[in-house]
Amino acid sequence: MQSTEISLENIRKDFPILERKVGDNKSLIYLDNASTTQKPKQVIDSIINYYNNYNANIHRAVYSLAQEATDAYEKTRDKIVKFLNIPKREEVIFVRGTTEAINLVAYAWGRKNIEKNDIIVTTEYEHHSNIVPWQLLASEKGARLEYIGIDDDGELILDQLDKYLATGKVKLVTFSLMSNVLGTISDIDTIMSKCKKAGVKTLIDGAQAVPHMKVDIQKLGCDFFAFSAHKMLGPTGIGILWVRKDILENMNPFHGGGDMIREVHKYETTWNDLPYKFEAGTPNIADVIGFGAAIDYLSSIGMDKVREHEIELTKYALEKLSKVKGIKIYGTKDISKRGGVISFNFADIHPHDVAQIVDEDGIAVRSGHHCAQVLMERLDVAATSRASFYIYNNKEDVDALVNSLEKVARIFKL
Amino acid sequence: MSNADIYHEMIIDYSRNPLNFGELENPDATYHDSNPLCGDSIDIDLKIDDNKISNIKFHGKGCAICMACTSILTELTKGKDIEEVKKFSKNDVLSELGLEHLQAVRIKCALLSLKVLKYALYSYLGKHLKDKADVDKLKEEAAALY
Repeated sequence: MQSTEISLENIRKDFPILERKVGDNKSLIYLDNASTTQKPKQVIDSIINYYNNYNANIHRAVYSLAQEATDAYEKTRDKIVKFLNIPKREEVIFVRGTTEAINLVAYAWGRKNIEKNDIIVTTEYEHHSNIVPWQLLASEKGARLEYIGIDDDGELILDQLDKYLATGKVKLVTFSLMSNVLGTISDIDTIMSKCKKAGVKTLIDGAQAVPHMKVDIQKLGCDFFAFSAHKMLGPTGIGILWVRKDILENMNPFHGGGDMIREVHKYETTWNDLPYKFEAGTPNIADVIGFGAAIDYLSSIGMDKVREHEIELTKYALEKLSKVKGIKIYGTKDISKRGGVISFNFADIHPHDVAQIVDEDGIAVRSGHHCAQVLMERLDVAATSRASFYIYNNKEDVDALVNSLEKVARIFKL
Repeated sequence: MSNADIYHEMIIDYSRNPLNFGELENPDATYHDSNPLCGDSIDIDLKIDDNKISNIKFHGKGCAICMACTSILTELTKGKDIEEVKKFSKNDVLSELGLEHLQAVRIKCALLSLKVLKYALYSYLGKHLKDKADVDKLKEEAAALY
């Protein structure tokens, strides 16, 4: 599988859902990939194959089925190690998704290391999953949560980070590698060099970046990294937390239960080795296997090709959409600094109304606050419409969206 | 229900030029609520004389469905006895705009203002009436709208 190269031109046939019709017999044009992506048949088949042929619990039983299931599960861990150039496989923890990964860090690392009056720094363009766990932790510990603001191009104002670091109280800087609303790619080199100089821990939310560009964890140099399978052709309910080993070794467990223990006695327990100490209970075996198939699929295309395709498509979309009368597009115009996510507002029409009308043409775009209400406040809007692309989208999809927006304009008599 | 049916003339007109839009000075009751999923946000002010809603105004932001339904609701409410308003059901609002078959995902947009109205009334009655059972029932109804 990994040796056969998949070409982007005939990729659509791998996605059964793209053949379905919606509404009035319209072909599906799926533009909500920042939310979740569609799944190729290779991923779907790998899950069916597991349930049909080797469904068994892992890490315990000695019979053949259990061996096969354990092998397939652990093979995904190895694929992730390779995919992201991770130093040690025991640093890779399977979780439900990015949200659980960040909560795990807040709970298992944060509770032990954050103290009264400490500062946790996040940014104005974070998803709620990289804000709320820190609010919970800060209020429990009497710590402070501070925000790096964004400028009018949707880029982080990194001078503000200096100000916080200068207090000497910052324990963690946590930020998204790519904004799920603006598509802004964070200036990772600057942030990391500032944090390293200050000796501050860093968490990177890679949920939007990993599916769309080459990511090398060793090059990033962060301490914690989180992302989800379902935004990169994989199943829902599975994600990854990566933690640098020396930190992971000193973290308390997150969930207690089966598989995370070495020995359990009536009043004390010793912990299993890494990463199993953090994988309590029967994990989501089928979807871990499906995740492995998704990584194979993306690897056979090549992440550089994925990024190239999205740059071309985003450039085209920005050009076409900016010509629609009454449209306001958020975020930077500099394509080298943004991914394939375009948030916009259309005259005074509420994004929900836009989304509902374009749905009639089979077009799926997201409308709402995108789990980023802090950012909505900063942009001074209640909501935006958002089109986000992936490997199976093409210029025809963009044209269809533009045509459909013209229809919205007619209905609302713009 | 297709979108073309939803976005008919009346909805567009009411959303563009909402009725009873604004604020009341010294309202007898006022309430605010928002729809956390899509960010619709509505405030309703009431003037109450002789157990009648003598005046009603609303302000806030919302999608076309939300704004149109709130417009219609304020029209339905104005001049009515409290007893009548208490009995308003979701279909009283939806049928006025032909939205009886609105998809589940948009029903919150349509009914936010009815919820706000009932809560406004509840807060008023809570202050002015002794009959707590009555107030509780209204509160329950409002909470169960969607």
